[in-house]
Formats: sequence, C-alpha cells, structure tokens
Amino acid sequence: MNKYTSRRIKNLVMMTLAYVALIIALIPLASIIIETIARGASAINLNFITQETAPLGQVGGGIGPAIEGTLLLVGFASLWAVPIGVLSGIYVAEFRDNIVARTARFMNDVLSGMPSIVLGIFAWIIVVLVVGWSVIAGAFALGIMMIPIVSRTTEEAVKLVPGTIREAALALGVPRWKTTLTVVMSSSKRGIATGILLAVARVTGETAPLLLTILGSRFWFAGLTEPTAALTLTVFDLSQSPFVSVDLPRAWGASLILIMIILGIYIIVRYLTREKYGR
Amino acid sequence: MEGDMMSFKVQVESLNAWFRDRQVLKKINMQINEKAVTAIIGPSGCGKTTFIRCVNRMHELVPGARVSGKIFLDGEDIYAKGTDAVKIRRKIGMVFQKPNPFPTMSVYDNVAAGLKLNGVKDRKRLDGVVKESLKSAELWDEVKNDFDKSGASLSGGQQQRLCIARALAVEPELILMDEPCSALDPSATARIERLMRNLSKDYTVVVVTHNMQQAARVSDYTGFLYLGQLIEFAQTRAIFENPRNKLTENYITGRFG
Repeated sequence: MNKYTSRRIKNLVMMTLAYVALIIALIPLASIIIETIARGASAINLNFITQETAPLGQVGGGIGPAIEGTLLLVGFASLWAVPIGVLSGIYVAEFRDNIVARTARFMNDVLSGMPSIVLGIFAWIIVVLVVGWSVIAGAFALGIMMIPIVSRTTEEAVKLVPGTIREAALALGVPRWKTTLTVVMSSSKRGIATGILLAVARVTGETAPLLLTILGSRFWFAGLTEPTAALTLTVFDLSQSPFVSVDLPRAWGASLILIMIILGIYIIVRYLTREKYGR
Repeated sequence: MEGDMMSFKVQVESLNAWFRDRQVLKKINMQINEKAVTAIIGPSGCGKTTFIRCVNRMHELVPGARVSGKIFLDGEDIYAKGTDAVKIRRKIGMVFQKPNPFPTMSVYDNVAAGLKLNGVKDRKRLDGVVKESLKSAELWDEVKNDFDKSGASLSGGQQQRLCIARALAVEPELILMDEPCSALDPSATARIERLMRNLSKDYTVVVVTHNMQQAARVSDYTGFLYLGQLIEFAQTRAIFENPRNKLTENYITGRFG
C-alpha cells in the first residue's frame, strides 16, 4: 500500500468518525424539539395562549399570564441590565489597561459563572424580603444574570473596532467620550445588539432565579410588586402536578411556546450576524 | 522665503518625547514655514511618526507616552498649561498611513464628520463644506453622484483622498500626513503627491515619508531625523544636493536606512 492510498483511507476514516460524532451531537437537540412538538402542539390553540390559567387538574384555561409574565420579566430585566452591561462593556474595552477595567472584567467572569440559584437567593434576600414575591424581584434576578453576558459581548464587539478609526475621530478634535459613543458604537452596534439578544434568550429560559422571586400566578399582571407567572415556572408547576392526564399536555404546550420564543430570538441573532460576512 | 519669525507657522522648541522610559525624540528644534510642504525623512524607528503625533497632541493618547518642550502654532504654545488637546486637534488635520474612513458612514458623512460630531447641524453649510473639501481633495468628480455610498466601498487611493477631504473640512491651520502613500499603488501615489503640491498653495503641510524620492518631489523643506534627533533641516534642494551632515549624505545616497 503506498503512501497516497493510506492517506486516503485515513482521511475517509476520520471523515466518517466526524460525521458520526456530528449525528450523535444532534440527536439530543433533534429529539427534544421533535418530542416537544409531538406532545405540545395538540395543546396549543388560541385559548391556550390568551386565557388565564386554570387551577391544576381543571380542564380549560391557558397560559396567557405566563407568556405575559415572561415578556414583562425579561423586558424589565433588560431595561435596567442592558444599559449597565453595554456601558460597562464599553468601559472595559476602551480602557483595557487600567486596574478598574481589569477588575471589572474579572468580576464579570465570576458573575457569569455564578449558579443561577445563588442569584435567586441573593434577589430573595435583597428584594423579596423587602417588597415580597414580585415582578421587580424576578426582573432584578434576571437582570443580574444578563449584565455579564451583555458586558462581555459588548466588550468583544467594541474591541473589534480598529484603533485607526478611533484615531481618525480623535484627530478631528472629537472628544474621547463622543468618539466612543458615536464612531465606535456605530461600528460595533451589530455586535452589541447580538449580545443583548443572546442575553435575552438566555434569561428567557431561566427557572431557578424565578423560583425564589416571583412565586407564580394564575392571573394577569396585577402590579410590579405583585407575584407573577412565567413560562418556565409554569412548565415546572404543571409538570409536578398530580393530575397527569390534564396538566402534562399543558406543560408540553407551554414548553413548546417557550422554545419557539427562544428559537425566534436566535433566528434574529443569526440574521443580524449574517450580514457582517455576507456583504 | 527664508523666513523671519513672523512667517513660521509652527515653531518647535526642544521637544522631547518618551514611550514609558524610552526616549524617542531628543531636543528637536524646528521652524515650519507657512503654505509650504515640509517633509520629515529618516529610517524606520527614527521618531518621524512620533514627531508629527506630538504636533497635534496625539502622542499623549498612547498609555505611558510623555512629552516635554514647546510647540508654537501661530505663536500659541499647544503644550501650555490649561490648553485643551481636543481644541488643538480641531485646528490640525491629520491623514494616516492606512486610509481610515469611518466604515459605517457614507462618503458625505465621512467628509462632514468633523463638523457634525462637533455639533454643526446647518445642512446648507455642511453641503457647501463637503463640496469644497471634496473638490480640494480632487475627489469630487468621482463621487459627486454617489454621496450615499459607504466610504469603505471606494478604492484605496480614493479612500485616502476622502480622508484628506475629511481633514480639510474642518478648515485646519495645518495638515499632517503620516506616510499617506505607503498603502497606495504608484498611480494613486502620484495623485496624492500632486494634491499635496496643490494644497500647499493654501495650507501648511507636514508629511512624514520613508520615500526619499517623494520628499524630493513634493516638499519645499526637509528635515532628516535619525535616532530621535533632528540631524539636518533645510530647503529640500539643499538637503538633497548639498547636505551638510555626513549622516544625511549617507542616508540620502542610500548607504543606510
């Protein structure tokens, strides 16, 4: 057997192994999606999405409050966490050599590795014990999770802006803060938007911090300091119900809607990042 | 043109510059004439770029960078206590080695950037300035029909002229060019060189170049920098035909560099 044939055989073996590994890697993802659609699709109809939630074991009703709750929680979390995350990411990227920036980056890494249940306990002590189970408490916990993700991706996006672009603006007599907020930001806005969406997708699927902060509810939004529902928590509650025949299909239906929301966000992310290389 | 004090646009007095504890410019003294092209030549690492970055106070932006000495622009010391570097930079245009138009801005916005970012909103005035600047930078004819095109979509030579137009738009007292042709092909280079000659009718231009022929072609005065020291400064013809210093002679005859 000459060298050439043996190389071809090696190549073939390695390619086959790679394909097999790929398929194995895709099995869990594919089976989760297929299973969820198969079991959840039949539960979904207009009422399911728009109605208040029926008590466990009782037929009828929907998961409207859970969808509303998730959107509100993630919305309020973004409202306070995104500006902090973006600005701190910019700071860390623009002043990468100073001690504050290095400390902030390190703290961010620690925070993003923090188990989400710990953040939940933190929010419970800080907010729940003061104002009670509430939208505010949930948004607080989710926001803390978002900050390091937004900050890190913003930092990476801002670092990609070439130094020559910054210098061009500075040489025109544009102050440093304005250079950052205009020229640098506009050159990295796609990357920043991507980071924000990834953080949103990430916390939309979080359960642990919400377990300790929002309590759950069968009813529509009643105020920022009142308990609320969320899709993840509703899935959890329904799946724990003793009335399996009634509540399990509803749990699958809620799961499917949750997956569709997150998948939708990822599709937007793909769309945003695509143009960067496509043009 | 051998100037009396009054006609010097820029006067440099014992300028020193450092990167951390490494001194890259040593006691530079130089007078730069108004409405003329002054070339700074010298081998790589001699401090040419640092020198012109000191003239618009960009050097100090690098962490660990330090400057001492005086530079007078129209008689005003730009390093005087309490002088705002940002205000100084507004008076001085700079063109960089690699064309660096703002990638997310159109041709129009690139030229208008200096004014817009400093708060000018009057559309009529902007239109006028953009047109004049593009004409002065000899780019008008090529872009007048696609103002909205991205600045980054132009060719390299066009991008560099766009950067020149951007620098001209703020009506600078002085234009600094840091090896403006090093990333361009010969025909684009010739174009920029011609432009430099034309600009010197209205502007004071300082150009850093590692290309001695370019210095000989475009400049009225030439300074030779070596290891951070200004070895010789004179009219370009004198430097190239009759250098007084042995080092200068060796450099321009290609014995080192």
